[in-house]
Amino acid sequence: MPGEKKHKEKKKKEHAQQGLPEHLEKQRKYVICGPDKNYYTSTETAASEYLSLGVDNAWDFGAFAAGLSIKVNRMSEESMEFDLIGADPAVANALRRILISEVPTVAIEHVFIVNNTSIIQDEVLAHRLGLVPLNVDPALLEPKGAEDAASERNTVVLRLRVACRRESDGAVVNDVVKSGAFEWLHHGSDLPEETKCRFTDPAGQKAAFEGRPKPGAVDKGILLAKLRPGQEIELEAHCIKGTGREHAKWSPVATAWYRLCPEVALLREVEGEEAAELAAEADAVFGVGQGGKLFVRDVRTPAAERQLERVRRLLEQPRWREAIEFRKRKDHFIFTIESTGALRPEVLFKQALAILADKAERLEKRL
Amino acid sequence: MAEQQPGPSGAETYTGTTFAIEDEDHTLANSLRFFLNKNPNVAFCGYSIPHPTEHVVNLRVQTTGEVTAAAAVRSACADLKQVCAHVGGVFDAAVAEFKARPAE
Repeated sequence: MPGEKKHKEKKKKEHAQQGLPEHLEKQRKYVICGPDKNYYTSTETAASEYLSLGVDNAWDFGAFAAGLSIKVNRMSEESMEFDLIGADPAVANALRRILISEVPTVAIEHVFIVNNTSIIQDEVLAHRLGLVPLNVDPALLEPKGAEDAASERNTVVLRLRVACRRESDGAVVNDVVKSGAFEWLHHGSDLPEETKCRFTDPAGQKAAFEGRPKPGAVDKGILLAKLRPGQEIELEAHCIKGTGREHAKWSPVATAWYRLCPEVALLREVEGEEAAELAAEADAVFGVGQGGKLFVRDVRTPAAERQLERVRRLLEQPRWREAIEFRKRKDHFIFTIESTGALRPEVLFKQALAILADKAERLEKRL
Repeated sequence: MAEQQPGPSGAETYTGTTFAIEDEDHTLANSLRFFLNKNPNVAFCGYSIPHPTEHVVNLRVQTTGEVTAAAAVRSACADLKQVCAHVGGVFDAAVAEFKARPAE
């Protein structure tokens, strides 16, 4: 019918001006948490998703740039947490994956054991050494390919030489070997014939590491082995650059993760007895204000976050289901990076961005 | 890294192409899929990793005919780079703002 069509056209125009209807906007923006499962968990990315409503969902860098915001919540040498608002899960997840497996670090790769009379077997000790985080800036080394000769450009050599003995007064010295016992051999391997690691520059790596911490473990207190009097360990550990994709020991993060920002909203006014009941159930989330009216507190406090699952359980009851809503913003990521200590977390995130851009760059060039 | 499927000459005019991207995984493919889906000139886009031990992703792109598939992927790459650069700038500003904040 022509009249109906006209009506539809008019409606379409209205939407184009006002955006999506309320219920669709909510589904686009939030994951709605039900008592047993979450609803509307997917993100609607197709450009034509809302075309029938006259709403354009195509990529718009201007709108993305205007909507993006980042706020650092806490930051230290080793870990940071920040809010990433206005990004898409595809990009946030790419960054998380890169942080875990593609940002390079330096770790022990070859262990040459000269002597090991301790109770811990050579191969177990070698594996254990590989997992120790090192304070070597990966930018100072070139990656070492399988065919490359070890040299000052791609290898850092550490020595571990500890012998346990009993003093005349009965005290046992060196009965625990900790990661602080690594000595840096800046002139390269002491056993070049056996290790095939030869530094050509007689000055070794001194100049390259000038003004930087002496290469060794980030944490000096990691227990590597225990010895009894008469036992000793003597070995050389050769460290090279790698990524977590090959082995987790090269992962620069203990872990990196994100979660969506939780929100609790009131769907109608709640007051009186109902309000008191909810406030008693989850006092860090709900409060009762003037006139007995229920209000929602800041749910990002640790106390409130602990009670959020309790709020979810309240939704089992239909009477609360129509009064309160527990939901998560789909484009608000609370991103946490825990570094192993080799690089600061904010440096890691910047490197992850550079690696992602580089992937796109390389593909673009090849097409 | 990226190869178009073998075919007759004139591959640059293809509007439907499967790109086999070597040494890449979900990290790049899913990001590209997002930007390709956001492109009104792309009718279909999806990717798959045929086998977990083979380091390759197959990215399928079919356009509506206005642009070639390769051009659509190139523009997705450009979008991704632009986003990375912008996020980097905003992140730097946020870190600077945090450092300037008085300690509690």
